[in-house]
Amino acid sequence: MFQYIIRRVLWTIPVLWLVATVTFFLMHAAPGSPWDAKSTGGRQLDPALEASFNRKYGLDEPLLVQYTTYLKNAVLLDFGESYTKRGQTVAEIIGQGFPYSARIGVLALMLALAIGVPVGIYAALRHNTIGDYLSLFATTISYTLPDFVLAIFLLVVFAVKLGWFPILFSDWRSYILPAVALGTGSAAYIARLTRASMLEALRADYVTTARAKGLRYRAVVVRHVLRNSLIPVLTVIGPAFAALITGTIIIERVFGVPGMGRLFIDSITTRDYPVIMGVTLFYAFIIVLSNLAVDIAYGFVDPRIRSSQ
Amino acid sequence: MSQAIVQAGDTGSVGVAATRRARGLWSDAWRRLRRNRAAVIGLAYIALMLVVAIFAPWLAPYDPNDIPPTAFANTPPVWQDGGTWDYPLGTDSLARDELSRLIYGARISMVVGIVPTMIVVVIGVTYGLVSGWLGGWWDNVLMRLVDVVYAFPSLLLFIIFQAALRDSWLGRSLGGLTLLFVAFAITGWNGMARLIRGETLRLRQQEFVIAARAMGNPPHRIIFRHILPNALTPIIVAVSFTIPGYILAEASLSFLGIGIRPPTASWGSMVFLSFPIVTYLPVFVILPSALIALIMIAFAFVGDGLRDALDPQADRSR
Repeated sequence: MFQYIIRRVLWTIPVLWLVATVTFFLMHAAPGSPWDAKSTGGRQLDPALEASFNRKYGLDEPLLVQYTTYLKNAVLLDFGESYTKRGQTVAEIIGQGFPYSARIGVLALMLALAIGVPVGIYAALRHNTIGDYLSLFATTISYTLPDFVLAIFLLVVFAVKLGWFPILFSDWRSYILPAVALGTGSAAYIARLTRASMLEALRADYVTTARAKGLRYRAVVVRHVLRNSLIPVLTVIGPAFAALITGTIIIERVFGVPGMGRLFIDSITTRDYPVIMGVTLFYAFIIVLSNLAVDIAYGFVDPRIRSSQ
Repeated sequence: MSQAIVQAGDTGSVGVAATRRARGLWSDAWRRLRRNRAAVIGLAYIALMLVVAIFAPWLAPYDPNDIPPTAFANTPPVWQDGGTWDYPLGTDSLARDELSRLIYGARISMVVGIVPTMIVVVIGVTYGLVSGWLGGWWDNVLMRLVDVVYAFPSLLLFIIFQAALRDSWLGRSLGGLTLLFVAFAITGWNGMARLIRGETLRLRQQEFVIAARAMGNPPHRIIFRHILPNALTPIIVAVSFTIPGYILAEASLSFLGIGIRPPTASWGSMVFLSFPIVTYLPVFVILPSALIALIMIAFAFVGDGLRDALDPQADRSR
């Protein structure tokens, strides 16, 4: 098991390196520079000033030198300073934006679990009844409905028409609609997963045995079925969280949240190279980490996976 | 001896066929699909959207990118105050006819769903077949590459890709469609490759493939005659989920303002354009959003239906 974990952890290094490399060269392959009139909002920089900026940030050096310098610094967790927000390091900027995204992501995940698991359990226990079919239909629709479309519907109905929530991002109420928009799809997914694994567990031999020895149905469900069927649900929490965190890019745009998503889009339009790299690597790190958590969780749950890779 | 048995069996099956119509995998699946009401509705809706996409120039009352001579910007739809039957769904903030743009938007959604999926199927199936067939060291190397691409967050890559190359010649061609195709193909082939590689590994060990090899068939014939046809059902199911994925990806990127280039009309870019006036005329945001949602739901119904029809024993957990 220990060896398996080490192997999975080491595997994240080439992945992060690849993400850094692809992003770095794609970013620099784009026509234009951070000092363009287009990037700075119409101000055309004096060529001498531009040259001094380039020197300051090392942009006058050959691309490969810049690349190796970046990697060297990144390994030491130094991700540089922003070009547009002078004097702020990338780490500080992410530190300002991430809490908003994280709050929405965590809230959405809690919502997804709080709704998804009970709905799944209900549907499985009422297998092939009208309740089961209705919840299946509801989960299909909510799983399919794109989160940004749902976000727009929620915004129009609850903020614009009914006025229950602020349209512009302001206080704690501003977190609710984004979290609902983001969490609905995951709730549907979790509900379906719970239902499927419950149904499987209900048919298992140990359930028959437990029933045969005279245990009441309720006790069997709580003690045997639930415990076994919630394992797959636990393992999707990692990737679900990663999906929610990256999913906020679009949701944040709808609700005007000053989080990571806005940071990312802004940094791309202004060619803020260090911020683009930093945010991309940060996202990739979250995703890789959550995949890693799942792999390790599966390794614990299912010994076959440990030995096969 | 064995010859005689086969012949006897043949005449037997002919006798059955005379009394009952032959039923193959495909006709069985089609029958099951037709019985699934949601799938039929979804299929009908997709067919309708295809018709709209193909006949857009005849259906649309105006040129989607042109400003009609009598049009004003932000004319509300006919059922609201100030609306006119000249522009039943109103005009957008650049005074272009909303209905015509929605009709042309169906084109972008259909093309952006279908073309990259075809590319992904060709690349992924080839890759998966090669990896699964060769096995061993090659399989290991090829699958590690798949793992790496898999780990790359695709939405991030789309965004960076679009931002970096939007203003290059690639990003300008076909109103930004070409770049979307490339971005989707680069990130999408690996899922298909993984699926087909698994199928190939499974099928390679089945008796009929071993028998075909023992009879001295060359690898290409075994792959195309025996393995690929048997891997067709998972490919079809995967395709039915890949197409809506790309439709949504285009809509999302266009909504962020980095997908389809103006003036080309796409549902996502229409949401993007009208979003600043969402408090004033929400209908211009709602209409394209609703069309995006409907096509996604239609594909989901068809996808679920196809999976149930083609593989009744399939795991229904997802």
